[in-house]
Amino acid sequence: MLSMKLNDNKPTYTIAVTGLNAIDSPGPGVPVIRALREATSFNVRIIGLSYESLEPGIYMHDLVDKVYQVPYPAAGTQVMFDRFKYINDIENIDFLFPNFDAELFNFIKLEEQMKKELNIKMLIPTMEQFEARNKVNLYEYGKKHGIKVPFAKMVYAAHEIPTLISEFGFPLVIKGKFYDAKIAYTTEQAMQHFNKISSQWGLPVLVQEFVHGTEVNVCGVSDGQGKLMGAVPMRKLYITDKGKAWAGVTISDKKLIDMTKKLVKATNWNGPFELEVMKTTSEEYYLIEINPRFPAWCYLPVGAGQNQVESAVNLALGNKASYYSKYDIGKMFIRYSYDLIVNMNEFEKISTFGEL
Amino acid sequence: MFVSSINTNIMKLKKDLAISDSGFLFNPSTGDSYSLNPIGVEFFKLLQKGNSDDEIISQIINDYAIDKNSVEKDLYDFKNLLVNYKLINA
Repeated sequence: MLSMKLNDNKPTYTIAVTGLNAIDSPGPGVPVIRALREATSFNVRIIGLSYESLEPGIYMHDLVDKVYQVPYPAAGTQVMFDRFKYINDIENIDFLFPNFDAELFNFIKLEEQMKKELNIKMLIPTMEQFEARNKVNLYEYGKKHGIKVPFAKMVYAAHEIPTLISEFGFPLVIKGKFYDAKIAYTTEQAMQHFNKISSQWGLPVLVQEFVHGTEVNVCGVSDGQGKLMGAVPMRKLYITDKGKAWAGVTISDKKLIDMTKKLVKATNWNGPFELEVMKTTSEEYYLIEINPRFPAWCYLPVGAGQNQVESAVNLALGNKASYYSKYDIGKMFIRYSYDLIVNMNEFEKISTFGEL
Repeated sequence: MFVSSINTNIMKLKKDLAISDSGFLFNPSTGDSYSLNPIGVEFFKLLQKGNSDDEIISQIINDYAIDKNSVEKDLYDFKNLLVNYKLINA
């Protein structure tokens, strides 16, 4: 009775979330929804947005109230907008959480239109912020903001690689522009990796200095005015063969938090982010990547005392938002897989009608 | 001889290390954890209190039926492990 009364005092927001895939390289959608369900300042109705019929989040009815399929980013902004207009006419969405790097370009382009015409708000980086942190621009980005980034060069043809060897030495890292990274110890290996990665992810391919050390990550959110709303550093304890964390622990690292604050202040970063950082044995920090969204482990900060997802929603909706400066150290997450049993008619509905 | 040559008395444990009664040691700045056996726990707690090597050795000899050379060797090995795992500031 008491809880009913308390709940009634809170607003209920309709929040749409993408990234419902939860395979061995999971999307952040399901953990974002878990964080939203644990928000103390509002209640939620969750609209799942899926690209494929077998994304597990579609069938998690205790987390997701209604699911709509949406077009792939390649379909373009107009097709996307039309689909969102249709969904919004039914659901009246307050806030949208894009959770994939690949869809962000379109959402950034549509941000103003979604806000003005559909009254859907988002908390996402500006196009300038999004492009500047792209891994092909990251070295310059680091130089501009006084943050160490491994030296890197873009390569457009395999024959350029041997001439770069004297600049980089071995080992070096060959990276795809969107995904994938391989370490090369010889020129032949570097050429092989270049050919494989360029055929899969296109050009340019990035050749990057290899930095020895321990990888640490930061999950955070920033208010677009240069102020950090929350940041939790994590060290992976167990990784899959794709390099994804299957277990991790929050760590105490003031230098890393200071570096995060510096970056946020220098760039006025708007919205959620994940920093991938290499910490060397001499305690130097090299920024490896900035992901412009919450990571799949964003539920760990909730467990450690920072509901950054809730803060992001409150900031975007003009509510009083929590700015966190503390978190529990030594809090772990351990990921697991779980077999959902699903009736064929549910699969039929999402596959045929694009709704469930 | 080795014990005195590395002058372990000037080494200090990192201050934010946490240890439980069961011997579970957690380094909050790296996320690494270790399991210590009972004598490791004794060494660790005595080091945490700021005891010198000589004080630790006397304490262990008092509490256990063990000779001084063995304790010295064990303490030296233990401190070397702490150095290797970067749990001690040289």
